[in-house]
Amino acid sequence: MHDTVMEARGLTKIYGGHRAVDAIDFSIRRGEIFGLLGPNGAGKTTTILMLLGLTEASAGSVDVLGFDPVRQPLEVKRRVGYLPDAVGFYDHLTARENLRYTARLLGLPRREAETRIAHATESVALADVLDKRVSTFSRGMRQWLGIAEIVMKRAEVAILDEPTSGLDPHSTSELLEMIRGLKRAGVAVLLSSHLLDRVQSVCDRVALFNEGRIALMGTVVELANQVLGAGHPVLVEAAGADIAAILRSVEGVQDVMPEGEGAWRVVADRDVRAVVAHCIVSSGGALKRLADLQPSLEEVYTHYFDEVRHAA
Amino acid sequence: MPPSVARRQGSPFTGIGAVFLKELADHLSSVRMLVLTLFVVAFGAFPVASSLQTLRKVVDPNSFLFLRIFTLEPEQVGISFVAALNFIIPLMAIGLGFDSVNGEFNRRTLSRVLSQPIYRDALLMGKFLAGLATFAVALVALWLIVLGTGLLLLGVPPRGVEVARGVGFLVVAIAYGGAWLAISMFFSVLFRSTATSALCALGLWLFLFLLWPQIASAVVSAAAPGEVRSVEDYVALQDLAMGLMRLSPGTLFSEAVLALLNPETRTLGPMLPAQMRGAIAGAPLPFDQSLLLIWPQITGLIAGMIMVFAATYVVFQRQEVRA
Repeated sequence: MHDTVMEARGLTKIYGGHRAVDAIDFSIRRGEIFGLLGPNGAGKTTTILMLLGLTEASAGSVDVLGFDPVRQPLEVKRRVGYLPDAVGFYDHLTARENLRYTARLLGLPRREAETRIAHATESVALADVLDKRVSTFSRGMRQWLGIAEIVMKRAEVAILDEPTSGLDPHSTSELLEMIRGLKRAGVAVLLSSHLLDRVQSVCDRVALFNEGRIALMGTVVELANQVLGAGHPVLVEAAGADIAAILRSVEGVQDVMPEGEGAWRVVADRDVRAVVAHCIVSSGGALKRLADLQPSLEEVYTHYFDEVRHAA
Repeated sequence: MPPSVARRQGSPFTGIGAVFLKELADHLSSVRMLVLTLFVVAFGAFPVASSLQTLRKVVDPNSFLFLRIFTLEPEQVGISFVAALNFIIPLMAIGLGFDSVNGEFNRRTLSRVLSQPIYRDALLMGKFLAGLATFAVALVALWLIVLGTGLLLLGVPPRGVEVARGVGFLVVAIAYGGAWLAISMFFSVLFRSTATSALCALGLWLFLFLLWPQIASAVVSAAAPGEVRSVEDYVALQDLAMGLMRLSPGTLFSEAVLALLNPETRTLGPMLPAQMRGAIAGAPLPFDQSLLLIWPQITGLIAGMIMVFAATYVVFQRQEVRA
């Protein structure tokens, strides 16, 4: 289950002297959800288009399921499902007619196509609006139809460009659940987004883009360790004593940073919550809150870009 | 990268049938098509009705009675059916093609469709052929209506040669429409905004119809020597004038149609006395001779269509898909 389905080596795209994508390397394994994260204009969509062979790379190479998107685009596109940012469908056609067109482009036999369309739209709960014109569809429904297209295609790799943008929180959760469903079906998913906390919950690994380069890559915990430092961050809210000094005296604590009025952020090399609680209470302090801080991607992201800005 | 490595695999025509059928269905069921057809019928019906009236009342000495329906310039209307078509066909072709590619951009369907296993070639070619087929269907229908009405009102069946010339006219008209379809699709690839591409195509159409003849004659009179001394001078001048005019597809169309529907046409340029020798004035040319006469015009139209389409293709291949 750990074979590589997609690999980019030294992938570069130059637009009129500007390096939109600058020598990036990454690979995606079967059944993995890989997140491309980064600010707008960081080169995420360009990378996706090069993976599909819709834009020619200036340098570097891509391997998708053993095919080269430049030389064998048809083979690649037959196996990869793509949901573009703000996907569009033919408004004057019904959902079924739109999917039929895709099925014909895929060269599916008619009967096979009808079965697949029925199955795919059922899986995204669009079966009852299948014969309605797409012009009546909401943004979310169009997004679902795009997912249905990928399901119908039986893609081995799904590339989703900003799939959650413009969706309400409820639809976003449903969409992420659908993405997990694709993963369970053995599909490798590549998704790009700037909605970090949402992406964090589904991605196995992420790559953080900055100005055309992959700045960081790995699991969320790995990235947090890399950027925020290793260890267990803990949030302490307390009053009534010299809390900072007490915290620093606890064994294993590496760093204590004030986080607003009466709150501190403690980084330690082990779980120090019990000791911290004991020390504060025994020295007469009033402990109000003691929380284990999970590293959030947003924090990693903000922290990283702050560092980059300071370095510049 | 050596070319052998960069060569892409798979037929460029994969999926062309799917694109063609979908576009054809879109065209035929669209309101726009209905409007265009009404437009053509309205423009065509008046000249045809008037010529039929004239032909019924006046005994025309012309033996090609049926072809006269197309070419007669009725006094009340002042425009013949073919002249009306000359004007209307570009409009129809522009209407079918001006948003074919940028419309996909604006609906954000282009990247999704191109992520299916087809090449861009298939998309462009399928769209062009579907437009051409739609146009041909409309034109054939119109042609049959005119022929049928003529049959009913004149009460004489057309002769074989008249039908042959009529079919020839149809082919030329479709090639003419194809040239304008290629032009409008070119603008639809060049500009992202459908309004801009429609405006440019219509602008070119008006320019070629209204301004180009003036410009051509201005160029000719500027190039003309103080006085025309010899026949050679005159012929050279005429050649320049016709050469300039023939850059407009409308001129090629009207010349080709003239020779096809007026069988007595012997030449499209100036007639020299030498060419008149031995000719019986007013005697019609055989069909194959007429065809030979307009062969350059037909080739020109088709070559123009292919050239513009090739330019469209090159621009489209180099274009970025992202909106």
